[in-house]
Amino acid sequence: MNAKIKYLLHLADCPLILGQRLGEWCGHGPVLEQDIALTNISLDLIGQARLLYQYAASLVGGKSTEDTLAMLRLEHEYLNLLLVEQPNKNFGATIVRQFLYDAFNLCQYEKLTHHDDPQLNAIAVKTLKEIKYHYRYSSEWVIRLGDGTEESHRIMQEALDELWRNTGEMFQPASYEIELLKEGYSLDLNAIQSIWMEKVSTILNQAGLVQPKTEVMQTGGKEGRHTEHMGYILAELQFMQRTYPEMQW
Amino acid sequence: MIKRNPQVSITTISSTQEERDKILKRIEIASILYEVSDPELPGISIVDLGMLVDIFPEEDHWHVMLATTYSGCPAIDVIPVIVKTALEDAGITDVKISMGISPPWSTDWISEVGKEKLLAYGIAPPNGSPTLHDEGKPKQCPQCGSTHTSLISLYGSTPCKASYKCETCLEPFEYFKCF
Repeated sequence: MNAKIKYLLHLADCPLILGQRLGEWCGHGPVLEQDIALTNISLDLIGQARLLYQYAASLVGGKSTEDTLAMLRLEHEYLNLLLVEQPNKNFGATIVRQFLYDAFNLCQYEKLTHHDDPQLNAIAVKTLKEIKYHYRYSSEWVIRLGDGTEESHRIMQEALDELWRNTGEMFQPASYEIELLKEGYSLDLNAIQSIWMEKVSTILNQAGLVQPKTEVMQTGGKEGRHTEHMGYILAELQFMQRTYPEMQW
Repeated sequence: MIKRNPQVSITTISSTQEERDKILKRIEIASILYEVSDPELPGISIVDLGMLVDIFPEEDHWHVMLATTYSGCPAIDVIPVIVKTALEDAGITDVKISMGISPPWSTDWISEVGKEKLLAYGIAPPNGSPTLHDEGKPKQCPQCGSTHTSLISLYGSTPCKASYKCETCLEPFEYFKCF
């Protein structure tokens, strides 16, 4: 599998897995409005993943489709960030995970809207509009809960301290990104890191949350080495297609 | 009626019979599409919602290009099916339907008629410009017309809507966000 396909799969796997995670909130949200907000964001993310899988499938060729790529790969073939596979835990932890990812995604997609590949460019222009709303939603909740009650503040700070170790990976290029950077196909992640850090620090300051000083970062997701949570996600995600191959809704 | 969508123009003036026939066929297809409602908004035409991008002849068939609103909108898979059925019911079978993403759909493409119908249906139409940190704000409560409203949540029953509350009649309502 060539570097370009791997990169597209990495871009697609992140919203697929995060969309699946957010879908777990369906019927369990703290209040109705937030239940439907999380699941609507989930729908957006799965829709974005579909556009990228469709494009990747056209490059893979053969019998590959958006569905085979999303549903029938093995764990080590998924190239998503470790951050997006972390468990929902509670509403606060879900919001922190969402915020850290949305801020990264916003920076990443702003760059991708200038991409030379017309297909990837069109997908980025389309999805950036949605990502802006996701970022707005999650950043407002980080401020509201971080600067809320003593208990909400504590839950947010704990989630931040725990999830922070998964943020380093965003800016560490995977093998396929290093290869593609030479031809300008993948993004300069160093440049994105400084913009991301500025966005995140601004919101954390407003929320009264302390930016963790974690020095050891967890990595591997982008190369297919996942945390123990990934297998459980795939078990649920793939069950129907594995049990009843090619079933239709 | 379809001129409001900036992507669609039926103003080409041609002299040959073949060209004139093509224009008439486009108008015929557009008129049928105008009668197709969004599955989640009964009575509101997909054309008024700005989803019709183009209609053009291609090899031995006609190509109807529709715009994807939100990437995850569940209607994405339903709309091409109901459009195809509506055209087939009218005897037009030589047609291919596609859902495009470029140029990206915007609430600016919703016609004035579409906005009036949304309001009558109980959904405050988009009001403002679609940029970061600006989803706009409803002009008025669709129930009582009050301008005194407040945001409950950025998301509603579908990704395209936000949840609002009217501070005058106290009824909740949905607002179609600028996008």
